[in-house]
Amino acid sequence: MNDRRIGVYMCYCGGNISDYVDVERVRETIANEPGVVVAKTAQSACSDATQQEMIQDIQEQNLDALVVASCSPKLHTFTFRGAARRAGLNPYQYTQVNVREQCSWTHTDDREGATKKAINLIRAGIGRTMLTEPLEPIRIETVPQVLVVGGGIAGLRASLGLADIGLSVLLVEKSPSVGGWVDRWGTMYSHGKNGKQLIAQLVDEAKQRKNIILLTGAELVEKSGSMGNFMVRIRVSGQKEDITANVGAIIIATGFDSYHPGEGEYGYGIDGVVTLPEFKELLDRYDGIPIRDGKQIMDVVYIYCVGSRQDESQENPNLYCSRYCCNAAVHSSILVAEKNPRAHQYHLYRDIRTYGKYELLYDQSLETGSTYLRFGDDEPPVVEKCSDGKVKVTVKDLLTFGEEVEIKADVVVLVTGMVPRRNDELVTLLKLPVGRDRFFNEIHPKLRPVETMVDGVLICGACQGPKNSTETVASALAAATQSASILKKGYVELDPLMASVNPELCDGCGECVAACPYAAIEMEEDQGKKVASVNRAGCKGCGGCVPVCPRDAIDLKGYTDAQIKSMIDGLLKEIV
Amino acid sequence: MAGQAIDDKGISPRILVFSTNNISDPGIDLAGSSHMHYPPTVVVISVPCTSGIKPEWILYAVEKGFDGVFLAADGEECAYLPDCTARTSHIVQDAQELLGQKGFEPQRVRMSGICSVCAAPFVNHMKEFSEALIKLGSARNPAPASGRPGNDVPQH
Repeated sequence: MNDRRIGVYMCYCGGNISDYVDVERVRETIANEPGVVVAKTAQSACSDATQQEMIQDIQEQNLDALVVASCSPKLHTFTFRGAARRAGLNPYQYTQVNVREQCSWTHTDDREGATKKAINLIRAGIGRTMLTEPLEPIRIETVPQVLVVGGGIAGLRASLGLADIGLSVLLVEKSPSVGGWVDRWGTMYSHGKNGKQLIAQLVDEAKQRKNIILLTGAELVEKSGSMGNFMVRIRVSGQKEDITANVGAIIIATGFDSYHPGEGEYGYGIDGVVTLPEFKELLDRYDGIPIRDGKQIMDVVYIYCVGSRQDESQENPNLYCSRYCCNAAVHSSILVAEKNPRAHQYHLYRDIRTYGKYELLYDQSLETGSTYLRFGDDEPPVVEKCSDGKVKVTVKDLLTFGEEVEIKADVVVLVTGMVPRRNDELVTLLKLPVGRDRFFNEIHPKLRPVETMVDGVLICGACQGPKNSTETVASALAAATQSASILKKGYVELDPLMASVNPELCDGCGECVAACPYAAIEMEEDQGKKVASVNRAGCKGCGGCVPVCPRDAIDLKGYTDAQIKSMIDGLLKEIV
Repeated sequence: MAGQAIDDKGISPRILVFSTNNISDPGIDLAGSSHMHYPPTVVVISVPCTSGIKPEWILYAVEKGFDGVFLAADGEECAYLPDCTARTSHIVQDAQELLGQKGFEPQRVRMSGICSVCAAPFVNHMKEFSEALIKLGSARNPAPASGRPGNDVPQH
């Protein structure tokens, strides 16, 4: 019989689990399961204090396995493996049970059902843990070089960060020159620097570092290998031969596109109706009063949230707030007031989000004479062409109880947001996860903000969602630091996911050899008979050979036949 | 209870889902983080790749008490095997055969590609599958074949 000594910890997740699952009832039931020596609950299992408690229990109670029932394994597998390791336990003697994403959060309407499900999910986790064996991770030597895709401010800043930590950089930019969006901009908030000069300075710094190779007109066309040692192939336009290189990590910094309004959307198409980026370019051309069509710009109307927070009934709507545009529009209006103190400016908004220190910008715009009018979602402003060349905007202002206001403007600025840039080839090539808003998806916005589901592939900047340049640089540096934490150790540890053959059952038929596309299974002699043998370095751990074996002789470590059946038993056990 | 299929005795079918660690399990997680609902009688075991599922496990699950088994496959997105869909369908066929030999309806096993953002499709699959399984009746106490609505399964 099994004489395992298992510790089970169930997390409240500060209400995220305990609001929908009777956590204490789960604990009481689980405490009686065979093999369970310790059964405890915690407000927050991932906290240092609870981890410390686990370590203490493991050592004092002589536990030989750990089960944590909390959030998705994507979040804290490494946290609790670390706790197990620090307690002297083999990290693969721990099982994560997902009672948040796959239980409490999805059964918020059924406390009894969710509680019973949590009990059985943990029983399955215990069933699996009963049969764990100590495993050693696969160690892969890492290449101290990083591929950065995208040469905008994020890619440039990440490259400099990496170079300064001592990692070589291959910076690949698709267009003929680096700089991206920021290279087109004039004065930027809050440092007051000029975007073009900022990029020139970064490029200059990059050139001074011997460990940065910059390739423009270049695209990533092939990737193989895994975290720590990828092989990448880069195609440079005009060159016959592709460049191949080995890199330990890949940082994606491909940026955003600006929303392009449809014909007629808030009058787009009428002369005088422009998008925010178009308006910024116009502003940057003039030191004094900006001129359009030979006339001084005196009256400006800004319409906010164009292309953002769209109605759900629209086709492929952008449901998200684009975050940067309120600040950018308010900042533009201050620049207009500086260039032309006599200008009249009207901001037509649904909600203003000038968060953090940008609140000061908003104050400043009021001081410089900007007028704010609020319109309702159901009554957007109407934009029409006038015979005198001006553009008429009609809006019902909610701040004056629905008073109808008519403004004749020289320029109507559609405050357009950021939209995901289409990068279908890159998505397919790297299997990049794309989120609901079609930007690239990090594992967790707070806990693992620059890592993706693909190990060793990181994202930063506006390719993962709307960000201003300050936030973009912060995430670029985070990606650089994260790459360093992967690569500076010299090796990475991968899950020892691997098939293994029981030579006693194997009759050497060779079905598995044919089923493995990685040629990781070979036939060899074992005590005078021909048996299959799995090569540790070649096996990817998919388990594709397992169901193919007519003799049931192959098991995938961590997912053995006995473990899966034990989990099924646990899931079905009656609750008394 | 939103999105739940319940039979006339108030019991919703027990469904075992095999998901994949890197692709379909994150999709199922997303359904949870979006607070979408499916019945709590749906439970998930995550494995690296659906091509590694033994047909015997599917039979075992049904024999032990699950009413249906759903394979949330990676489809084209599988990082391991280019022919993952073909392999998984083959596993489903083998499982259907095994189920048939034991007197269970082959409709008790289903597969579909579930991607890492396929939260709503997953919830819909669970709803449809639950409804189909209610029509089949419980796997534990099969109703007589003739009296079972929607049962067009040849008896083995």
